[in-house]
Amino acid sequence: MASSTRKPGFVPLTVLFILFLIFLYGPTLTIGILSFQGPNGGLTFPMNGVSLHWFRRLFETQQVGDFGGSLSRSMLLGLAVMLCTTLFSLLAGLAYRRHFRGSTGLFYLTLVSLILPSILISLGIGIMFDRLSLAPGWYSSAFGAHLTWTLPFGLLIMFAVFNRFNKAYEAAAIDMGASAWQTFRLVVLPLILPSLIGVGLFGFTLSYDEFARTLMTAGTFNTLPLEIYGMTTNVTTPVLYALGTLTTLFSFSLVTLALLGIHLVRRRRRAAALTPESTL
Amino acid sequence: MRSLARNPSYLQVTPLALVILLFLLFPVITILVVSFWDFNAYQLIPDFIFDNYSFLLTSEVTLKAYLKTFFYAFTTWAITLSLGFTLAYYLAFYIRSPLLQGVLFVLCTVPFLTSNIIRMISWIPLLGRNGMVNSTLLETGLIDAPLEWLLYSDFAVVLAFVHLYALFMVVPIFNSMMRIDRNLIEASIDAGASALQTVFQVVVPLCKSGIAIGSIFVVTLVMGDFITVRLMSGGLSASVGVLIHNEISLLQYPAAAAGAVVLLLTVMLMLSVLFRFINIKKEL
Repeated sequence: MASSTRKPGFVPLTVLFILFLIFLYGPTLTIGILSFQGPNGGLTFPMNGVSLHWFRRLFETQQVGDFGGSLSRSMLLGLAVMLCTTLFSLLAGLAYRRHFRGSTGLFYLTLVSLILPSILISLGIGIMFDRLSLAPGWYSSAFGAHLTWTLPFGLLIMFAVFNRFNKAYEAAAIDMGASAWQTFRLVVLPLILPSLIGVGLFGFTLSYDEFARTLMTAGTFNTLPLEIYGMTTNVTTPVLYALGTLTTLFSFSLVTLALLGIHLVRRRRRAAALTPESTL
Repeated sequence: MRSLARNPSYLQVTPLALVILLFLLFPVITILVVSFWDFNAYQLIPDFIFDNYSFLLTSEVTLKAYLKTFFYAFTTWAITLSLGFTLAYYLAFYIRSPLLQGVLFVLCTVPFLTSNIIRMISWIPLLGRNGMVNSTLLETGLIDAPLEWLLYSDFAVVLAFVHLYALFMVVPIFNSMMRIDRNLIEASIDAGASALQTVFQVVVPLCKSGIAIGSIFVVTLVMGDFITVRLMSGGLSASVGVLIHNEISLLQYPAAAAGAVVLLLTVMLMLSVLFRFINIKKEL
């Protein structure tokens, strides 16, 4: 039925869209292929044999600085940022459902936090720690710097969620005698769970990949993006691509996991729902 | 005052407020204060001097860096806007199945969640002197010598910016388009407007806030960037961010702070124009 009523311009726009996807994914796929270069292969095509050589080299410490250490630091930092972003955004989202003094000011400051050039935050926190004679560390100053980037996203998502939230469900729970905590735990939380997974995913990946805000705040020990940046200047072998391929695969599997989680929550809810209109 | 104790909102909003206070407000105030300090090779000297600013504002290097940065910001903005609008328009008005729409939308957004540095590096095997583009062009006989301007050039910088930030345009514009009442489009066509007239006189005005939000993201990201310019120009170009980053590496914090303050004012001035077009709270 659809094909006979295709709007004019469908074909060129489809072609443009496909080209955009190639533009988006092509380079990543290219280094994905090149990371399997043979031991004598270089940074560009042609492939000089196929091997896992460069992936093995990745885990030899002397090859690429401290890959294992920076990876585990980035993971821990990402997890901490994820937990705090989810919790703090949820709490703030709940807070903004009522009026409170200073709400507008705080909202605008949160927006400023989102659009302030990252290098400013990095520099500011770096100098602040320096002046306070505190040693910057990935678990303290970089952690705070990352939160200034992830929390605005989290808060905006929570706004979007609660703007679409049907208050009738809460009212019904309270009418039936549920306490405030029960209403939250058994009614509100399950309804907003998919969005919370989304906020968590955002929190983790934004922190895991963050470079500019970590630059002056990480202290002595590098996070993974800083380590990769260091490699770009002194590593001239496909080991760089192997690292890129691994981190990209890692990010992709996280996204897939989160999407799967959201899908499962939604399906379970749909199965549990007695009437079709009770889904969010 | 009674409401302060009674209203749980104050307690709930405390973690967010603390993060903003400690890691946004205090650092920005620190930068502002330090930008008036003096410094030598070893230490910062608390003072109240305008030397950092007068040096910054009279230097030709600064002027060049700002012109370069404006050039990057404007070119990237123009390209991402036209590309993002077209792609969002296709997704919103040409794809009818909500499932396919969702899948394509996710395909467009996933790269945003992967490492920016890796995405930049991944252009090297394509654009380098012996890269895929050059070798293909050489083989087909279209060029006699490898093109030198593909990598480590302004072209590479803008290409990387578009690659990294196009989705910041696609997402908000798509979001506004999905809220347009489809009857308005039909009405426009029934009233005799051509497809292009409908796009420019009905769709564009109705998603101007999405366009403004996307523009805010792209403009601020490009204006404050230093790593894309550093990597993709091979150190040949200096944007404002690169200058600040250089001063940081030399531990000239007051000079870097003054540079950051001027950058902040410039960005705020540019955004004040864009913010006229939107009501953020209404958008969510």
